[in-house]
Amino acid sequence: MSEYYHSVTLDKDKCRGCTNCIKRCPTEAIRVRDGKARIIAERCIDCGECIRVCPYHAKIAVTDPLSSIDRFEYKIALPAPTLYGQFKDVTDINDILYAFKGLGFDYVYEVARGADYATAFVKEKLKEGHVKKPIISSACPAIVRLIQVRFPELLDNIVAVESPMEIAAQLARREFSEKKGVSEDAIGVFFITPCAAKMTSIRRPIGRKESSVDGAISMLDIFGVLASKIGHIPHTGELQKASAYGVGWANSSGECSALSIEHYLAVDGIQNVIYVLEEIENNKFPDLDFFEGLACTGGCVGGPLTFENGFVAKNRIRTLANGLEKRYITERELSLVRNSIGWEFTEPIQPKPVMKLDDDLSLAMRKMELMEKIYKSLPGLDCGSCGSPNCRTLAEDIVQGDASEFDCIFKLREKVKKLAEEMIELAEKIPTGRHGEDDEM
Amino acid sequence: MEYTYNVEAGNYALAGEASSSIKALLKKLGISGDIVRRMAIAAYEAEMNIVIHSKGGCLILKISPEELILISEDRGPGIPDIDLAMKEGYSTAPDEAREMGFGAGMGLSNMKRCADEFNIKSTVGIGTKVQIKIYLK
Repeated sequence: MSEYYHSVTLDKDKCRGCTNCIKRCPTEAIRVRDGKARIIAERCIDCGECIRVCPYHAKIAVTDPLSSIDRFEYKIALPAPTLYGQFKDVTDINDILYAFKGLGFDYVYEVARGADYATAFVKEKLKEGHVKKPIISSACPAIVRLIQVRFPELLDNIVAVESPMEIAAQLARREFSEKKGVSEDAIGVFFITPCAAKMTSIRRPIGRKESSVDGAISMLDIFGVLASKIGHIPHTGELQKASAYGVGWANSSGECSALSIEHYLAVDGIQNVIYVLEEIENNKFPDLDFFEGLACTGGCVGGPLTFENGFVAKNRIRTLANGLEKRYITERELSLVRNSIGWEFTEPIQPKPVMKLDDDLSLAMRKMELMEKIYKSLPGLDCGSCGSPNCRTLAEDIVQGDASEFDCIFKLREKVKKLAEEMIELAEKIPTGRHGEDDEM
Repeated sequence: MEYTYNVEAGNYALAGEASSSIKALLKKLGISGDIVRRMAIAAYEAEMNIVIHSKGGCLILKISPEELILISEDRGPGIPDIDLAMKEGYSTAPDEAREMGFGAGMGLSNMKRCADEFNIKSTVGIGTKVQIKIYLK
């Protein structure tokens, strides 16, 4: 197992080497070199911004194909609540959940139900007096990884509660195994994902050693087949058990509403999240209790692997949630799972200071000085033609030996001009002695 | 290594830019998170003081492997009673600044809390100079 795994990858054949992705990447993790984009594995947080922005669809999210469920004797689908917003004219969430039976799944367990449990556990954490404020939600894996890379000082603020997906996976597996009397090992649990970041957190979990989920299937991949089954599978009871609160987690501020806290900030869109995290790091909101940051616009409904327009989906989910009961997990329900599932992080979240110039401060200072000098000589247009996202990053790449000054087309043009001038100068010099001979001819 | 950041008086649109640059620079150098945070807070308070109270000035950041030094120097009214100005909650900020949520009277005390060494010199009618040190070792 290599140190890095990323769901977000490049389809080299489709890449035209344009500057769209390098300029949008929140961790400056992409460069264009030799005409193709290159993702720096250490820096990528799998947020999926580049997937959204690439006009040639060269950035893709690797997820598991639907056929991968056949590895297991029994198959469970874990649809993220975002899925509920993808279909027109659905008024009963059960219709969507039963449709999975038509795709070969034996059981369906709502991640929104996991969100109900996560809400209850986060609430308990909020009550503990010794936690660092503001508590930061752990729901969005791209944001957790963003904090590892860019805001390591805030890692201790992240609430050590597992994601709804991990909680749901464990509950689903147990429930099915007890009901049917089958071994847990024979069961495969598959998350129906709106994003690449979740895929990565199944392969490389944060806060726990191994994920309880066996794979992730993209919402986009199964949208068509699932839509064709909706309304055609007879119901044999209620599969829909999650509360309005749990379903609401799909939208930005859904977690905060579920927690019913007063002093919270819910921010969506990764650039907005960065802006607010900067302020939190600067201690600007001393009264803030909770921060929910979601990488995608609107929350998970804006995920790069969703089918429906995120704003439309958001509204549908709001409507569907309005028809559900606003109820919390009871103390008794909680006590039944508290000691039997892993709902709390067991591994510390480590900082990933990959943005710094050098481990050694003196060396870093020397590099910084050189970088400033180079930066001053660059045009400052941030055009990205060099393959680095902006002039400052090019200066950094030059210092780190990953680029040259003449990757800048303006620098190159200057050099060409200078050479041309020298050539003209030379051209004017050489033939002087021959003028007389020409005249005689 | 030394960096100078000019700070304009009364320009709330640019306020915070110098301290943001300082924070980004220190992160790039790989300085530990806690220290970056302390320096960023101190620099922000210093910057806001120049914006709110002075006729303009600058922040100077000096970096060595042993310590960080931040000097905040402004031209302006100066501080007649430094002990009073250091008291939490004491403020002479104009209404304009308070309406924007600044001028709570915590600036200098916050700076002092973030620093390992804190020095302030002020001449009435000339200006104020604050210097803080944060040890790296």
